[in-house]
Amino acid sequence: MHFGTGFSMDEAIKVNSLVMQFGKFRAVDGISFSVNKGEIFGLLGPNGAGKTTTIKMLTTLLKPTSGNAYVAGFDIVRDSNNVRKNIGIVFQDPSLDDELTGRENLDFHAILYNIEKNQRDKKISQILKLIELEDKADDLVKNYSGGMKRRLEIGRGLIHEPKVLFLDEPTIGLDAQTRRHIWDYIKKLNSVHKITIILTTHYIEEADYLADRVAFVDHGKIVALDTPRALKDKLGGDIISMQVQTGLASLEKGLKPLKWIKAASTHDGRIDLTVDEGEHQIPRLILIAEKHNATISSIELHKPSLEDVFLHYTGKNIRDEEGEGWKGRIRAMHAKRNR
Amino acid sequence: MQKGIDKMEINAVYVLWLRDIKRFIRAKSRIIGILMMPLFFLLGLGLGLGSLIHLSTGGSYLDFIVPGIIGMSLLFTAVSSGTAVLWDRQFGFLKEILVTPNSRISIVIGRILGGASTALIQSVIVILISILIGFNIHMSPALILAPVFMALIAATFIGLGLTLGSFISDFQGFQLVTSFFTMPLFFLSNGIFPISVLPQFVKYITYANPLTYGIDGLRITLSGSGTFSIWTDLAAMLISTAIMIALSAYAFKKTDVG
Ligand SMILES: Nc1ncnc2c1ncn2[C@@H]1O[C@H](COP(=O)(O)OP(=O)(O)OP(=O)(O)O)[C@@H](O)[C@H]1O
Ligand SMILES: [Mg+2]
Repeated sequence: MHFGTGFSMDEAIKVNSLVMQFGKFRAVDGISFSVNKGEIFGLLGPNGAGKTTTIKMLTTLLKPTSGNAYVAGFDIVRDSNNVRKNIGIVFQDPSLDDELTGRENLDFHAILYNIEKNQRDKKISQILKLIELEDKADDLVKNYSGGMKRRLEIGRGLIHEPKVLFLDEPTIGLDAQTRRHIWDYIKKLNSVHKITIILTTHYIEEADYLADRVAFVDHGKIVALDTPRALKDKLGGDIISMQVQTGLASLEKGLKPLKWIKAASTHDGRIDLTVDEGEHQIPRLILIAEKHNATISSIELHKPSLEDVFLHYTGKNIRDEEGEGWKGRIRAMHAKRNR
Repeated sequence: MQKGIDKMEINAVYVLWLRDIKRFIRAKSRIIGILMMPLFFLLGLGLGLGSLIHLSTGGSYLDFIVPGIIGMSLLFTAVSSGTAVLWDRQFGFLKEILVTPNSRISIVIGRILGGASTALIQSVIVILISILIGFNIHMSPALILAPVFMALIAATFIGLGLTLGSFISDFQGFQLVTSFFTMPLFFLSNGIFPISVLPQFVKYITYANPLTYGIDGLRITLSGSGTFSIWTDLAAMLISTAIMIALSAYAFKKTDVG
């Protein structure tokens, strides 16, 4: 085994200033991070951030322009074959042979990873059950729907139970129910089989639900890295937004001395407050409003999400279609205050 | 440990071979497609032109041309099998193959064996049809070497196709480049005329062309007479196959998954 500078036995992945240059364009611009054994690590970022390119380098499909990385203890360039022995990957883009059946795709994969015949059949039927393709297993993949292909693809990546599993946007294009199943299975692979998992995703909930730690990637760089909890905590708390019909001024005055309100602002009859554990503060606020003869027409509670964290660090949303209206304004507020 | 690795390599060869066979059997229209060209050549060259030609070496032109046509159809299907790499890249399956812990050489060997097996089936069909239209197959013990020559011709040129397919990713470009290779390879061989009738400098070119030895080997084993000795032919084909396997394994290592 090669242990490079600063490589520790507890690290499943160690990345040092990895760069990928396509012509004049730097898709990955000096990324460094490490993933502990047994961890689920998330890479979050908008389209074109360089997530897939990073994964391709770590899975030996692309040779980095500079920098180095170790996966399962092996150098991705010098020892790529040993890296390949220890990893599994579910690609973002399709990678099935659609002139073969679903079962054949799984079977061929299992043979390529040297799984014995009896083991193989057992594993394959387990996987087919998980991805709910038992009754379609012997149809040609070209007759599958998009979601079925995706499920097959995920199932294939899980068969050989690698040490490190790369999932590039695993649940893209799946319905909510299947997504849940897959999430639970990913969790199980991680907790029961001790597989280290690195996943990229656009789905904030996915990263939030699955990842022990999250790295935000933007323009080929990591802009923030921590546990989802810690990242959200850095934003300073929940936001309660009250639409006040009458008595705005007296309510404002009444709120001012309260220590548990960390920040407040008013726009067009709406008061936005930053507090901890917002759900417990709402009843108190209602009582205070009554005391000051203010009438509140609506109260909304906004808990910071990883989306807000991303906005905070980059000034933009992961998926640009969001961020308009009230939510957008609240997020902008988070971003401004914490910058 | 060493044993485990060997087993894996054999697995890779087996899977890629099996995949080719399954795809071949399923694609009925493709089977007909690859039989069309040799059939037209058999009819046009073998029967049409053959009725006008009397070989100085004796024997019928049909008996002379059938091994040439088999060599040609092996050449064309083999080289164009390189498009499989392009399709695999297009459909992303190339990534799946390249990320598995198998050496590039076993992947290439698996593909070559798969392609060679289907090419063999194709050649046998062409021979059977030739016999129907008057080809006198020469019955001798050497006949058992005919499939060996067919496989080696296929392997050599599948190697060429895979090499080209590894470097070229657009389909039109691939077609252009392969015809740039296949046409001279075929016409500058002993496929449609004996080497003896060629001018000296063209002779040298045909001597450097592996197809010449492949077709000569087929002539000896199928029609009973050739230019070189069967061992020369066999040695030349084994060497060219080895070189092309090595070259395509190297190219495959360098290929971009797209
Ligand atoms: N082979 C290539 N040649 C040139 N540019 C490339 C190549 N591959 C990727 N890029 C560019 O690199 C950038 C990063 O791409 P990448 O696929 O890594 O993004 P991503 O973070 O995975 O995005 P998405 O969320 O859309 O999947 C993009 O701008 C892309 O156009
Ligand atoms: Mg991507």
